[in-house]
Amino acid sequence: MHETMIAQSLLAAISEEAAKQNAKPINAKISCGVLNAINDEILCFAFEAIAKDTPCEGMKLQIEHKAMQGQCKKCNQSFDIEFSHPRCLKCGSEDFELLPDAPLLLEEIEFSTGHLTVGTD
Amino acid sequence: MRTKKSIGKKILSANEEYALKNKQFLAEHKKLCLNMISSPGSGKTTILHRTISDLKDKIRIGVIEGDIQTDLDAEKIRKTGAPAIQINTNGACHLSAAQISTALKQLPLDDLDLIFIENVGNLVCPSAFQLGETGKIVVLSVPEGDDKPIKYPAIFARAKVLLINKIDMLQSGGQSDFDIERAKHDVHKLNKTIEIFPISAKTGDGMIDWYDWLAKSVRSIFS
Repeated sequence: MHETMIAQSLLAAISEEAAKQNAKPINAKISCGVLNAINDEILCFAFEAIAKDTPCEGMKLQIEHKAMQGQCKKCNQSFDIEFSHPRCLKCGSEDFELLPDAPLLLEEIEFSTGHLTVGTD
Repeated sequence: MRTKKSIGKKILSANEEYALKNKQFLAEHKKLCLNMISSPGSGKTTILHRTISDLKDKIRIGVIEGDIQTDLDAEKIRKTGAPAIQINTNGACHLSAAQISTALKQLPLDDLDLIFIENVGNLVCPSAFQLGETGKIVVLSVPEGDDKPIKYPAIFARAKVLLINKIDMLQSGGQSDFDIERAKHDVHKLNKTIEIFPISAKTGDGMIDWYDWLAKSVRSIFS
């Protein structure tokens, strides 16, 4: 349910960039960690709803989920944590430290620059 | 024509800025601040009520209560004599760092050692919003079932303490098949440093270990 608030922050960030570029955004890539607890369907739905009648209307979001990572205390290897059986993927040790969770990032925006539609309705 | 532009911008940066300010504020004032997260009905308010009453002469506690509606919980806490600030999120499923920043300034901080934040009952969304707390306390109650740590691993992975509440329901006639050892095992696989205290806030069973941990943590803030 917190996806609505995230959608608002996302809309603000994309709108700001679109104004700078004076171009229409059509796609955006975002990435997030486990703690961000994002449900793709809900975020896309919320974004679609609030982007209506803005330059972001009709945009597609692509969401990449980054796994929680651990660092092995035996062999120092960093690895993605498999929740059902958390262990080092290199040496198999279950003795590891959790690494900080991936933040929620707006990674990339794709703009349509062929025909400027911003404000030309 | 289409062009792609790399951005690399944090989305919840406004919340993070407030969280960082809260963290600094709490450090400057030497206050321990614990963010309690659980499903609705796990007994957070009852745990706080009992903890505050039992530790009255040892640790000075204040509470920030988060609920979607009503100030029932803050009222319950105030009956112990402890100060409590109620935040109503009006539908939002989590507290935000800006709300905590305002509430911290409404508490009589000079008279407190420890501030509990009772987050909105929800095992998922609150984990996405750092509040600037010293640590997270997750509460899991016996009727919810011992499979919750593997179903909702993120919050169990990051908490400092797990309180397994309502263990009185495990006693004979309680009809619960909650396996404390299973829950402990599943949590420890992910989180090696978490402290786990099985308690009953109703009967007081097990609370002493939780109180010892609190006393030790409050002391460590001053050292």
